[in-house]
Parts: sequence; structure tokens; C-alpha cells
Amino acid sequence: MRSNLNFFSDEKFRSIFFQTLVIGLFALGIYFIVTTTSYNLEKRNIATGWRFLSDPAGFDISFSPFLDFKSTDTHLKVYFVGILNTLLISVCGCIAATILGFLIGIVRLSSNWLLSRVAYVYVEFTRNVPLLLQIILWYSILIKLPRIKQALEFFDSFFVSNRGIYSPRPIFENGFSYVFIAFILALISSYILKRWAKKRQDETGKQFPVISSSFGMIVLLPLLLFFIIGSPLSFDYPTLKGFNFKGGMVIRPEFIAMFLALTIYTAAFISETVRSGIMSVTKGQREASGSLGLKKNWIMRLIIIPQALRVIVPPLTSQYLNLTKNSSLGIAVGYADLVHGFGGISLNQTGQAIECMVIVMATYLTISLTISVFMNIYNRSIQFKEK
Amino acid sequence: MNDITESRKPPVATTGILGWFRINLFSNWFNSLISIFVLYILFQFVPWILNWTIFAADFKYNFNGEQIINREMCSRVLDPENGGACWAIIYVRFYQFMYGFYPREEVWRVNLSYIMLAVAVVPLLFDKFPIRKHFLKFTYIFPIIAFFLLNGGLGLESVSTNKWGGLLVTLVLGCTGIALAFPLGIILALGRRSDLPVISMMCTLFIEFIRGVPLITLLFFGMVMLPLFLPEGIDMDGLARVLVAVTLFQSAYMAEVIRGGLQAIPQGQYEAARSIGLSYWQMNKKVVLPQAIRISIPSIVNTSIGLFKDTTLVIIVGLLDLLGIGRGALADTTWLGLAYEVYFFVALVFFIFTFAMSRYSLYLEKKLKTGINMGAD
Amino acid sequence: MSEDSIISLQKVNKWFGDFHVLQDVDLEVKKKERIVVCGPSGSGKSTMIRCINRLEEHQEGTIIVDGIELTGNLKNIDSVRKEVGMVFQQFNLFPHLSVKENITLAPIWVKKMPKSEAEELAMQQLEIVKIPEQADKYPGQLSGGQQQRVAIARSLAMKPNIMLFDEPTSALDPEMIKEVLDVMIDLAEGGMTMIVVTHEMGFAKTVADRMVFMDEGKIVEEAVPEKFFNNPDSDRTKLFLSQILNH
Repeated sequence: MRSNLNFFSDEKFRSIFFQTLVIGLFALGIYFIVTTTSYNLEKRNIATGWRFLSDPAGFDISFSPFLDFKSTDTHLKVYFVGILNTLLISVCGCIAATILGFLIGIVRLSSNWLLSRVAYVYVEFTRNVPLLLQIILWYSILIKLPRIKQALEFFDSFFVSNRGIYSPRPIFENGFSYVFIAFILALISSYILKRWAKKRQDETGKQFPVISSSFGMIVLLPLLLFFIIGSPLSFDYPTLKGFNFKGGMVIRPEFIAMFLALTIYTAAFISETVRSGIMSVTKGQREASGSLGLKKNWIMRLIIIPQALRVIVPPLTSQYLNLTKNSSLGIAVGYADLVHGFGGISLNQTGQAIECMVIVMATYLTISLTISVFMNIYNRSIQFKEK
Repeated sequence: MNDITESRKPPVATTGILGWFRINLFSNWFNSLISIFVLYILFQFVPWILNWTIFAADFKYNFNGEQIINREMCSRVLDPENGGACWAIIYVRFYQFMYGFYPREEVWRVNLSYIMLAVAVVPLLFDKFPIRKHFLKFTYIFPIIAFFLLNGGLGLESVSTNKWGGLLVTLVLGCTGIALAFPLGIILALGRRSDLPVISMMCTLFIEFIRGVPLITLLFFGMVMLPLFLPEGIDMDGLARVLVAVTLFQSAYMAEVIRGGLQAIPQGQYEAARSIGLSYWQMNKKVVLPQAIRISIPSIVNTSIGLFKDTTLVIIVGLLDLLGIGRGALADTTWLGLAYEVYFFVALVFFIFTFAMSRYSLYLEKKLKTGINMGAD
Repeated sequence: MSEDSIISLQKVNKWFGDFHVLQDVDLEVKKKERIVVCGPSGSGKSTMIRCINRLEEHQEGTIIVDGIELTGNLKNIDSVRKEVGMVFQQFNLFPHLSVKENITLAPIWVKKMPKSEAEELAMQQLEIVKIPEQADKYPGQLSGGQQQRVAIARSLAMKPNIMLFDEPTSALDPEMIKEVLDVMIDLAEGGMTMIVVTHEMGFAKTVADRMVFMDEGKIVEEAVPEKFFNNPDSDRTKLFLSQILNH
């Protein structure tokens, strides 16, 4: 006789029971929250639904380099301006931080003790001071720049003031599209050149200076065409009229502060990633390639960097993610990113906190998950093939 | 054969001070050029910085010997060419930086909490001293004591959290956040690795959601949305709301770090524990978690450093932490314009805490000789 | 220095910090000679052969390889490295390249060989080390013995005049040592000048023209194998042999 086959001892039953319990509690919790929230919203006369997106915003956005924005534009447009601004600072920041980070990382590995110590000090200071403080610090320095009337002048065309950097705005005249086409053609040709050079090397063994020639092509060809056509590029110079500059274009101190802080802060982390990536390639690899007679720069290009990149890329991508999320701190200095405009002002104006927050969070989630997915695909494709 | 020769000293130019200079700074002409250039730059900047922050600076009195009570009396306002930093602003407002607006008669409670915090943390950091067990008991009850000390109740006058500010808020957020995020992170990590698909999915979704959004959005969520979720009459304290958001945020990152530690444990450990009859919870408590945490301690400390720095974000939702008090001081017309002094001071305080934590992490790594970094940063 | 010495070390001294790791080392190696260097750990034997292809720098003394003196001159160092091949204890294969690519790398980039020619050369070397079928696999997919043989093939592809082996079998599981030693014996019988640092005394007895025993940075004894194993001059040699041969 089977004694006391308690239902609760059966593993399968237990797991189903337990999970159902959890789902039930969760559903109960959701129900509770939803009802309380609707009650509270009603009580405070807050609307729900997505209609507010087509309502006029009623406020101005100070920084909208891509779209023209008027206060009569809708909240939906506020959202798009916000995304564009967020992407702008994120992309600029990621590019600059990568360049700076790699430079500092390599400097940290330098045999010159002084240089590597100075880089070390930079990294330690930047990593230990909160990013928000750094953003605020840069901003407070930038707004201490001279006022417009006493702006610092560079080459009669750049003016640095506390309201931003005024610079000439390029006006692309008719012929310029040809220059642009020439640039694209140069890019394509250098790609073709690279493939031709590799083929040639495979067949004859001779090497071709691909990097310097493509660089020359990409820079010189469009430049040559530019002058031949007659320099189809003019500039609208900023000129001081009264209390402001007319003409030209301006880079706002909010943007500059965010850019500087994000770049410098993220570059410190990237430099550590780069450093440990390069150090992770064992000394033996260097010795083996050296004893085969390979010269130093070939060793770097063919042996060290391919292996180092495998270690560097995953943490590098999370740094990019962090930078993108950190761009939301722009609200502290008034940079009109997604959180500031749509998540801040729109939210306050309409009171529809839940809808706005949901949209903002969903947007960031999408960006994060996209980057993660691509990173996982890339990671899987470069794994060392093992047994 | 060569039995006659003995060990000699290496040639002079390769060791000792001269050797060090030659190898590290002047090994070839390029390096020498760089060394000279860097030294030149250092000699330009370092004396100037030292001068501004220490030698020419006012700490309490200006160069006339008067005690400084507003910005007009700072040496660098009276004599812009020669004056250094006017640290008087820190000196005068020091109480606020440390305690915010905590009533002065009750501030002994905060001081007591600070001291007890130091005592409570000691057994967590160092494990080789005799009466550690007793210290640990204190560590467990410390949070409760601190709560009543700072908040009030039990015969002590209650001090509303609106009055808390400065370093007090930063430490409360930082320490409580780390202390709560740690067990939560363990639960989430275990949940994510659970065999029960519902639990695993829920934990994964939660972790990935939190890691995908900026902390600011969660702070807004806490401040603005949380009150909407609560039934009428129940009000949640502003600081508590922020604490909830910060803890949830941190627990997701902590969970990933611990999950890395769990993954690094060989399958054999799990199998051995199960085969001697341990239940799921016993296995985790006695075998798996101790090892997993040991491996991931350096990453845990790194994540905690991140949390500590992230506490500054609360100024965006209106809380007055150390940075917030600093900004408040700057807005005061008495001290207008002394931004560099304030920000430098705030940066210095943060730097001290975080640098200490990272040195501790290095010490731990050396001690454990593992230092396997698991995905946090 | 005698006329047919292909490697000449004269009064070579090296320090690691304050530690005098090579003390007045003198060694002459003739063409086609097979030298086996042995000695306790820390005796400087690895350091000595690593000085021959400039993986380590000597502070005093002269090292001349095939007529080229090893100094700080980078051109000289490169020329020497093209003549000297090295096989490491830890194999040091390039994990991100296939076996074939590991071998063709240096011929293509250093000797500027066309790809097809290099690949033919690679397959020849793989035949010599007896694993041509592994050409398209990656190092992580091979056993230790196979990896070391690929490492030997990789060095041989540069057609060196001299091969240095730094404890080539010390990191291998016992059952794989023989396959590597067999390849090295074939190489020796083919006339390659070799300096091998190893503990494998069976191999030494088969192949060595001369045994060199080092201890505490000095060459204590040099002799032909018959004399070295049966009737060594120095007591230290006797002690070392008794420790290494009796288990």
C-alpha cells in the first residue's frame, strides 16, 4: 500500500502549484494597482489615454537642430525632438568617447612611466566623481565664459561666449552635391582598392599601402573636385548686431557640457576596458609572432588586436548603453533630450504621468535591447572555435 | 669550467635610481621628449593648483585677518589677482553639508548613527579578528537602531525626512540601497536561474527592464507614479519612495553580478550537494551562494561604488543630498559665484568614499586571488 | 670564435633586477650540431636560449648568430629572427587563425610569399609533422601534442637554419610526448642545427651531439652523451642526473 503519497511531495505538482500561485498573486497585485490608480487618477481629474499626443504642447524647445519646433506643435512632436536630441548626443558621445578611450588605454600601456601615471590619475579621478557632478561642473564653467559683447574671438569667425559657441554656418551651393558624390565614390573606390590589394597579395605576395592610399583618395579627390568646380561652399558668418549674433550657427552650452562630461567620463571606463583587452593577449603570442620574424606593427594588426577586440567589444557595448542612458542626465542642465522634454515638461503639463513614463521607458528599452541583440550576434560570431 | 665566478652586481646604469630613470622615462629619444614635455606641463599646472587650493586659500579668515561671513569678504573677491579658494563657504555651511536641516538639538542622533555605521561595517570588511561574532550581531540590528535614531519614535522626537540633507541623505541612500539590493539581487539571480519557467521569466523580464532604462526614469516613477498606486490615505515618504526606486534599480545590476558568480561554479558542486540530500534552499545557502559571492565580491564592490555615485541623481527629483546642499549654497546670494569651491568639496567627499571602496576591492581581489569580473560596469 | 660556429656566446651576463641569472656564459655551437641543455629550475637555461633570438636582452657579453651580432640594432634582430625558429613550452598558436593560417602567416607577411605558394609550403610542413588532415581546424580543436606539432611546422615554414626548443614537451600529457619527440628526432636526422632545453633524457641520448648542464646561471659541464651520462666530471652533474634518472 502506498502510504501518504502526499500531493505536495510530487515535484511536478509542486512546481505547477507554486507557479500558479505566483501568477495568481501577481495578477491580484496588478488588479489592485490598476483599480487604485484609476480611482486616484479620476479623483485628481487626470485624463487617461493617448489623445494628448495630438494636443498642442504650449511650450518652446530651446534646442532642436533637426526639426523646426513651434509651441503650437503637438506633444508627439515633442517626443520626436526628444528622441533626436538624445540620439544626437549619444552618437556624438559614443564616437568621441571611443576615440579618447582607446587613446588613453594605449597610453596607459606606454613604457613611459610618467605618461602612464598621468593617464592613471585622469582615469581614477574621472571614475570616482559622480557623472552628474561632472556635467554640472562643466556647465558652470561654460556659463562663466564672457558675455556676448565680450565674446572670445577666433579667426574672426568663431565666437565663444556664455551662450554658446557661434560659428559660421556652411551653405552648400549648387555644385557641392558633386563633391559629395566624389566623396562617396572615393569611399567605394578605397573599398575596391582594398579587395584588389588583398587579391594581389594572395597571388604575388607583394604588399600595397592600402591605408595611406585610400586615406589620400578620400581626402584629396573630393578636395580637388571642390576647387575645380569653384569652391561651391560659402559660409554665413555670425555678426554681432546689438545684443546678439545674427547669422551663423550656434552650439549651445548645454550640449557642449553634456558632450564633454559624457565623453570624458565614459572614455575613462573605455580606456580600462581597452587596457585589459590588450593585456589579456598573453605575452607568449607576442613572443611567438616576434620569433617568426614579424615586425611590431604587423604583430599588432594581425595577432594582438584581433584577439584583444574579442575581449574588448562586449564591455565596450555596455559602455555605449550606459552613455545613452546617462544622456538622460541632461535634464540637470536643461539639455532638451527625451526625458527633459517629453518626460519632463509634457508630463507636467498634461499630468498624464503614466502614459508619458511608459513611452519614455519603452523607448529606452527598445534602444537598449536593440544594441544588446546586435552585440550578442556579433559576440557569437567571433568566438574561438573550440572542441 | 666556470665554477670560479660568483654572482656580481648588475651594471650601474641598469638598476637603482639611475637605472629606473633610464628605463622608465628616457629609454629612447622619443620617450625622453615625451617625459620632458609632460614634466613641463606638470610644472606649469601643479604649483598653480596647489597654490589656489591651499597656499593662497582662505579657510576661515581672509588675508586681512577678518572672519569671512559672506562672499564679499573672500580674498579672491577683494583681490582677484592673488586670492585663492574661499573655503569659508564650506566652513560656514559645514553643518548643512553634513546633516542638512536636521534640528541641531537632535543632531547627536545622527552622529551616533555615523559612529555605529562605522562599527557595523567593520566585521563585513575584515574577517580575521577575535570578537567578530559579536560585531556581526551588532551589524544585524544596526539598521533597526539607525531607523529609530534618525526618524524618531520610541521616545525620541520624530524628525521628518524633509529635514534630512547633505551627507546624511547620501549615506542613507547609499548604505540602505546597497544593503537591501544585495539580498534582493540574490533572490533575483536565483529566480532567473530557476527551473520553474514562470519564475525564471518574471525575474528575467524584471532584470532586463530595469537594466534597459535610465535611473532617472525610475526615480520619476517612484516620485510621481508610486503615489498613484497607493490607496487613499496611505502616503509614502519622499525619501522612502526614492529609496524604493534606487533599491530596485541596484538589485537588477547586483543580480547580474551574482548570476555570473553562480554560473562560474562547476556543475559538480550542485550535483554533489543534491546527492547528499540537501534541499534547494539548503544547497544554495550552504554550498552554492557562499562560493558564488566569494567569486563575485570585486564586482559587487564595483557595483556598489556605482550605486553610491548614482545617489546624486536624487537632486533631480528634489531631494537634497550632498550635491543638492551644495547647489543650494550656491543659490544663496551671500555666497554667489563660489561654484568651484563647492563642487570641488563635493567631488572630494565622493572621491574619498569611492576611492576607499575601490582600494578595498583591490585588497579583496588580492586576498581571494580570483578577481574574475562578471559583467558589471 | 671558431670558423664553423653558427652560434657563439661569449662571456654573456644577464640580470633580472638584482638577480644574476646568467653568469659568464660561454657557448659555441657548430652547424648541424644538436645540443641538449638541461639543469634544475631557475638555472637560466630557458633564459639563455631566449637570449639567442633576443626574446631576452643580455647586459654584458657578445652573442653572434650566423655572423650577425645581437645588439639593440633592430635590423640585426629581425635578420636573426628570420634564421632562428623557436618552439615554446606553451605552444603559443594563434587561436583566432586556422592551423593552415597559423603556418602561412609569417611566409606571407614577412617573406611576401603569394598565398597559394604559402599554402603549399604549409601543407608540406604539416606532412613533415604528420598531421596534414588538421589543416583547416582551429587550435582549440586540437590535442596538446597536435598543437605542438603545428607550432613546429609553423617555425619550419620560415626555413630557419637553427631551431630552438624551450621545454617543448613539459606541458603535454604523457601519451602525447612521444609524437612530438619523434618529429624532433626526424628533424635532427635531417641535419637541423638544434638547441633543446628539456628533461627528456631518452631523447637526449638518441639525438644529442653534446650535453650542456647548467646550474645557477653557469654552464657547469659540457660533454658528449656517453661521457655525460656515464662518467660526468662535476659532482653537481652527478647529483642532478641521480635526481632525474631514478624515477
